[in-house]
Amino acid sequence: MDEEDAGDFNERCAQCSEVNWGLTDGGRFYCRTCHNVIERTREVVSTDVIPNARVQTISKGSRSQKKTDEGWEWYVCEGFQLVLKQQAEALEALGVCPQMKDEVLCNFWRRYLQKSQQAYCNRPAGETIKALSVCDSSTDMDSEPEQHSLLHFLSVSESDGDLQTDCSYASSAGKVSESTSVCSGSVDGSLYVRKNRKEKLRMSMPMTLSFCYMALLWLKEPMTLSDLLRFVVEGHIPYFNAYQHFPEKMKLYGLDLRIFCVESWPVYEEVYNKMVELAAFLDLPRFPDITDNCFLHPDVLCMKYLMEANLPDELHNWTCRLVKKTSIGEVDFLTLTPGNKSTRKVKYDVLAAAVIVVVLKLLFLLDDHYEWLLSDFSAEGNKNNKEGEGGPYFEFKKWYRVIKCTLDVEQKKLDEEKAKYLWKCEKPLFYSVKKKSKILRRRQMVENLQNQFGKLSGSVQPAGRPNPSSFLLSWSEESTDGSCFHGHSLKGILQEKHGLLTAINTDYWLCTDKLCNEKLCGHLAHYREEDFPKSYHFVLRLFSFLLRIQPSSIHEEVCAIEHKLFNKKLYKKPKRKRSLRK
Amino acid sequence: MDGVRAGSALQPALHLPFLPRHFYRACKCVAGAPHGRPASLTEASGGSRRGRCAVPAPCFQSLSPLQKIASSNEHRLNFWKSKELCLNYIQDALLQKQWKRAAEFLTSYIESLEKDFSTQYMGPSEMIWRIGTEILCNHSRSNIREFNSFIEQMKTLGVKRYLKVCLEHAFHLLCNGLVDEAYQNLSLAESWRFGEQTVVQDKEMKLIQAYRGLLDYYSWSNQKNILLKYGKEGFEDLSVEQEMHGCFRKAAVNLKEIIKIPGVWDLFVKSYVDLLEFYGDHQEAREVLTDYAYNSKFPANPNAHVYLYQFLKRHGAPKKSLISALKILHDIVPSHELMIDFNTMLQKSKKRKRRRLGLEVIFAVLDYAGWKKNVKAWSCLARQVKQIVISEKHLDWIKQEWNSRKDWWPAFHFSRYLAKRDWQENESLSYEKALLAGVLLGKDCKYFKYVSHQGCKAQVKKFRTLKKFVNKHSTAYLSISGL
Repeated sequence: MDEEDAGDFNERCAQCSEVNWGLTDGGRFYCRTCHNVIERTREVVSTDVIPNARVQTISKGSRSQKKTDEGWEWYVCEGFQLVLKQQAEALEALGVCPQMKDEVLCNFWRRYLQKSQQAYCNRPAGETIKALSVCDSSTDMDSEPEQHSLLHFLSVSESDGDLQTDCSYASSAGKVSESTSVCSGSVDGSLYVRKNRKEKLRMSMPMTLSFCYMALLWLKEPMTLSDLLRFVVEGHIPYFNAYQHFPEKMKLYGLDLRIFCVESWPVYEEVYNKMVELAAFLDLPRFPDITDNCFLHPDVLCMKYLMEANLPDELHNWTCRLVKKTSIGEVDFLTLTPGNKSTRKVKYDVLAAAVIVVVLKLLFLLDDHYEWLLSDFSAEGNKNNKEGEGGPYFEFKKWYRVIKCTLDVEQKKLDEEKAKYLWKCEKPLFYSVKKKSKILRRRQMVENLQNQFGKLSGSVQPAGRPNPSSFLLSWSEESTDGSCFHGHSLKGILQEKHGLLTAINTDYWLCTDKLCNEKLCGHLAHYREEDFPKSYHFVLRLFSFLLRIQPSSIHEEVCAIEHKLFNKKLYKKPKRKRSLRK
Repeated sequence: MDGVRAGSALQPALHLPFLPRHFYRACKCVAGAPHGRPASLTEASGGSRRGRCAVPAPCFQSLSPLQKIASSNEHRLNFWKSKELCLNYIQDALLQKQWKRAAEFLTSYIESLEKDFSTQYMGPSEMIWRIGTEILCNHSRSNIREFNSFIEQMKTLGVKRYLKVCLEHAFHLLCNGLVDEAYQNLSLAESWRFGEQTVVQDKEMKLIQAYRGLLDYYSWSNQKNILLKYGKEGFEDLSVEQEMHGCFRKAAVNLKEIIKIPGVWDLFVKSYVDLLEFYGDHQEAREVLTDYAYNSKFPANPNAHVYLYQFLKRHGAPKKSLISALKILHDIVPSHELMIDFNTMLQKSKKRKRRRLGLEVIFAVLDYAGWKKNVKAWSCLARQVKQIVISEKHLDWIKQEWNSRKDWWPAFHFSRYLAKRDWQENESLSYEKALLAGVLLGKDCKYFKYVSHQGCKAQVKKFRTLKKFVNKHSTAYLSISGL
């Protein structure tokens, strides 16, 4: 991404007669073989997505140094570009196809820069930035009003919490007002923070993840959003402290910290919604089709989650039947069409989990009574039929016990990990130069103390992060303790009717009889744990743990599927009522 | 995974289950409202599914409080939230004395120091100081060197906390017997200056100085003992003597300062008075003690009166002043051990009023469970009561005192069980008590009957006299009990 291509310019070089052109930072052509720079500049970006516009390379002239000790002039979007580059490389290292970085993500990014008028356009916003932000060159800082308005601005955005990069460095700014001799290390840091983010899609750290996910989705990579976010939290993808790999000369301080410092885990909904918005903002065409051999197709994902939830393989038949019946496996339903407001956007991982939950409700009812009853039937069946063909009958009670134990242990581990989570970065940051020595001293002390108490703590510090895996729980049929249910059969809860196997359970309860308007209230349905059967909550909790999202998100999806499934019956309902009264 | 084809085409269509006519509504279900459900369907499934929503789940456990804080289903996390969780775990570990675990979590918490720009009192640095101290004091693998290096770092953390950290550091060193190090620390803290001193810092500085003074007193008293030993052996060592006087001056200056401030300064006052007495400044010592005891700005403090009384007694002060010192002590702590002395002093007095007070004092002492088995206290009371009964004067004193106690003393002191126990454990105690029981409750009282019976059986002479005495003065009982 950092080296631009000279495209289809194929004249021979005057000096060495080779055709091996590269572009300089200034947009001029140079010969890669003999390093001869020619007069010709590049006029049009060759990619087809970007319309005819004069190239405005963002880094133009930026390598000139203002002062020897101050580092380069750089723009915020350059910072994000570096972060995206690191993330793309990390994803590649995880096995994502290599096109992602240079072909997909890079194009998305360029398109974003153009659409948001930061580059590849006639009058990039940067030009005005420069004129506005004279105050950034530290000499002019004694102009009182400017400084005042900046501080005022800081305190305003402190109160609205939705800026993810909000961090305590910045929130301490109010108290250290006299030491804010420098607004930011980047040229347009202050302008960036000042920009009304509701107007346009302003770039932010969580949005780098939206970009990544969008690229993954475009390539139909076998990675769900929940996987991506988990990898971020586990440290496999640069996100926290991504700025520490910025070049030495790209100094970060002041407002830059607000932009690049992340002190909270990315939130699923936020990253997802931003991705949808972004796709529309970039005017992207319909994404590649999600067909039934694609990882993100519910039939495939259900298989994965059934394995992870330690449920019998046989349930896959049922999830497939449900997917077909509700037509949520259709390409048109699954494929993202940016800007089409009439369709609900699909969260593939949540959808698959919800499908499994609905299937469990269909077969076991999950009303805190009937599932236990069925389990007792199956247990009896198992007793009478020791040499059962096709594996033992599935017993809900046994499954519950095994999962409950594992879940509690894993949950405890996760909670402790959260408490022990280290946010520190190698490169200490300071709000301003004046605070530098203090921060460095603190850093030194923190390290000393960590050493001291680290020695006193019983456990050895974990030797690096765990290997990335898309499976959180794994169950093996080889294990002798019978804790794996993959091979268990559903015969105990099925019966034959007209040559067809149907569930013994003939009842069903709806999570809600009326869906809310998602556009008005933001949710399809609302979840209160104590209003629902405990078994149901347990199942939600299991998937909430696996996907690292709130149980209520899965519940919403369950409601949506139920309403698709019972659409006709729900519709008929008043009629039938009348007929019964007769 | 790619090989998996969703074979839904091969599957039969999903047969939809029955949807109850009254759709499931959670709140209704919890209340146990029955579902409208046709009978035929219920039969189809075995006919055993009545009222199932009301049946609670068999084996769900509730979450532990910690899990609730951690809110397991919450998948958001930010810096301060994670540090808050961390603190919860530390607290838990500390309460269970799992020092290793606490240290483990503290290691993660320390990070928050870097972001602690707050001026708030209970910020992360305060937390780390307190928790770290606690862990280092108790952890099996920590030692005084570790502790010192930790505290030195904590001292640099906050101007406002500096003196407090110094003082607690000195305490810790003293607890480990490192008097010289503690002294050095206090001297260092004393010479510390930073900007303008606040009122709080001023007070803390006074405390630091006072404790240094106390340590000066300690070395003074050591040297004094050496000198006394030498003096006996006939040596004289001028340098030790000089050093001792130096210590005296240093100690006296600081101790004098702190006891001017209202507060409870027992240790300082005692040391200061000791110094003054040694150098013969009785007048000053007396003034200090009087002020400590009577200055209304100081919090009420029984010890202040004890010290004053002891001082007065040492210096042969008149009875009147002794009595007034103990009178106040009696008002503050009626159960104080000096009350026996007080009673003895008052009994001997010729003034009726004082003898009356004496009776009041000794009765009050025996209101407290701690004195129940004290022979001395019982014999004091018995002696005075016997005196009054024999002289047949002032029986009304006894009556007055007894009035407020007659409904609970019998069970508290004179039960049959206690009679048995006292007799077995302590014969003279049971004698004194039996006498009182006989006078106060009459000869039919269980305690008296049991003890005198046992006494006579054992052929102890004084019990026979006791019986005679009680029988003789049975009228006293009548007038006391108001019959």
